[in-house]
Amino acid sequence: MPERLIYFDNNDTTPMLEPVLQAMLPYYTEHYGNPASLHQLGLEAEEAVSQARTTIAGFLGAKPEELIFTGSATEANNLAILGAAYAAPDHKRHLITSKIEHSAVLNPMKRLEKEGFRVTYLDVDGQGFVSPDNLKKAMTPETLLVSIVHGNHEIGTVQDLKDLGAVCRERGVLFHTDAAQSFSKVPLNVVEDLVDLASINAHKMHGPKGVGALYVRSGVRIRKILEGAPQENNMRPGTENVPAIVGFAEAARIAFANLAADARHMATIRDRLIDQLLEIPHSHLNGPRDHRRLPSNADITFKYIEGEAILMHLSMRGVCVSSGSACSSKSLTPSNVLTAIGLKHEDAHGSIRFSFSKLNTAEEVDIAAQKVREVVELLRSMTAFVPGIHSETEGAGEGFYKKKKDEF
Amino acid sequence: MAIKYTQAVIEHFTHPQNVGELENPDASATEGSPACGDMVTFTIKVNPDTHVIEDVKFRSYGCASNIATASMATVLSKGKTIEEVKNFHPKVIAEKLGGLPAIKMHCSVLAVNGLKAAIKQWEIAHGLAEEEEIVCNEQTIRQLLKGVINPETGRSIVSMGMVNYIQIDGGRVFVEINMQDTDEMYAENIREEVEEKLQSMKCIQQVIVRILDRNKFELKETNDAAVKEKSVEPSGNGAGGI
Repeated sequence: MPERLIYFDNNDTTPMLEPVLQAMLPYYTEHYGNPASLHQLGLEAEEAVSQARTTIAGFLGAKPEELIFTGSATEANNLAILGAAYAAPDHKRHLITSKIEHSAVLNPMKRLEKEGFRVTYLDVDGQGFVSPDNLKKAMTPETLLVSIVHGNHEIGTVQDLKDLGAVCRERGVLFHTDAAQSFSKVPLNVVEDLVDLASINAHKMHGPKGVGALYVRSGVRIRKILEGAPQENNMRPGTENVPAIVGFAEAARIAFANLAADARHMATIRDRLIDQLLEIPHSHLNGPRDHRRLPSNADITFKYIEGEAILMHLSMRGVCVSSGSACSSKSLTPSNVLTAIGLKHEDAHGSIRFSFSKLNTAEEVDIAAQKVREVVELLRSMTAFVPGIHSETEGAGEGFYKKKKDEF
Repeated sequence: MAIKYTQAVIEHFTHPQNVGELENPDASATEGSPACGDMVTFTIKVNPDTHVIEDVKFRSYGCASNIATASMATVLSKGKTIEEVKNFHPKVIAEKLGGLPAIKMHCSVLAVNGLKAAIKQWEIAHGLAEEEEIVCNEQTIRQLLKGVINPETGRSIVSMGMVNYIQIDGGRVFVEINMQDTDEMYAENIREEVEEKLQSMKCIQQVIVRILDRNKFELKETNDAAVKEKSVEPSGNGAGGI
């Protein structure tokens, strides 16, 4: 077994910080009250939730009463999309989203389609950007909501929300953004960015799993999707997950205390890895390579080999990553994000996502890059993929395969 | 979604047996395609007197279980006669590996089909079999569609009963697929795979695929792109891209 784990899968989840855990613990044991209770334990719990709400709302540029705590960003996306659709007047039956959304946005949209709504899935350019012009063209008098991801979970593309939000505001259409990956990584101000609804969560920024939140601009009407008691301003029934909410706020407080420096650190590490990995022949970066990329994300295609095999070999060498390959998912289809930016299936199959947190180091990058080189070389030495025969590609047949072929 | 592999799969993945290709092989064959994300090439040496497979090697483009099943296939077939290997069932490879996740069972099918295709090539070269002129009939098309895997279950769309009917009209073939309880998000993927498989047949110029949901409604995704003219001339086993 490898002596030390290198965790480069922080877009999936992050390790929780010790101070976050310490902040949470008393709310399991000592202050275990239900915020709905009227006695002193209930008041304590309610006070804790209320403080957390103020803290997190502040980091979004929102008012505390505009924040609804949920069980996850997925739930927040569902509440925003379904909630807006169900609250809309009868003649508003059209929604717009993009082809690079997370399934937590795409699947609520699919549900609405089955229920008789129309959904437009906007194309993106080769780097994953949605064009405000295309958005404008897709608008109809029936359009009720636009949902575009802020920072993409797979290729790291960060959309210019203000440009997209302006199109929506002008047409009086609600604008939702899934900010699960971008919150605390890149600036997000719901007022300046003209956002009406925004989904965030805690576990991508060293907070606990099982808690998220939806920002709902005051005056925006959505309908709740769960029935129960009137918690969370009667928008999300169920006893609040008080310890997790406290942990969420603590994680946000720590993240925002050092936002710019942490982002710079992550971007430095990211670029160090990208530079080293692009030296590997027949590899390319997916998504933009400038300030419009999440500092936490690098996504690279290694041609002629398959992602799950790369991932498994790296895992055995102590490097944790993820892949857009069909084989590394539960289903056998390649990532919708990678095919939307124009990757051929065989290139999507060979893509690996490396994602960072502020806890990663340059030393880890150097070790991981060396291991990636080893693994790519190993798998290419045995691949059945013959460039020039199985794909029209650069250096058809003249590349590594022929060389390797002679070695056998 | 974490996929759990057995120790044997991991062992064959990390230390694959008989990797590479034989110099001057007696026969070779490739099964699968890069677009599907898995492909395997076998080269074999066969004793013409005893019909024993004296040596076999493989190359793999694919996931851990693709590599492991191909490795196991070479181990099991080396020293066996071609008649024995032609009777191999994919399940045997999976069993020898201590089992495969359901979604990965098709890897063992790919490995066995690859070996059998190489043997077929050898038989043709030795006058023991004839190059089959694939005729376009329902049976051969159904056979070909067995290679299309339902992404949700990892099982063939044919064995799942998803192929409603096949109609052939000269060089045109029309296939109707029902999605049953499969998530509709996979409809487009299944349609592409059906098209790709059928377009690899020389006798087919045009493929029309209709996909129905469980209520027998035509799925929206297939409306605009249901008719695709054959553009390139891929030959062999799915070696054409997408």
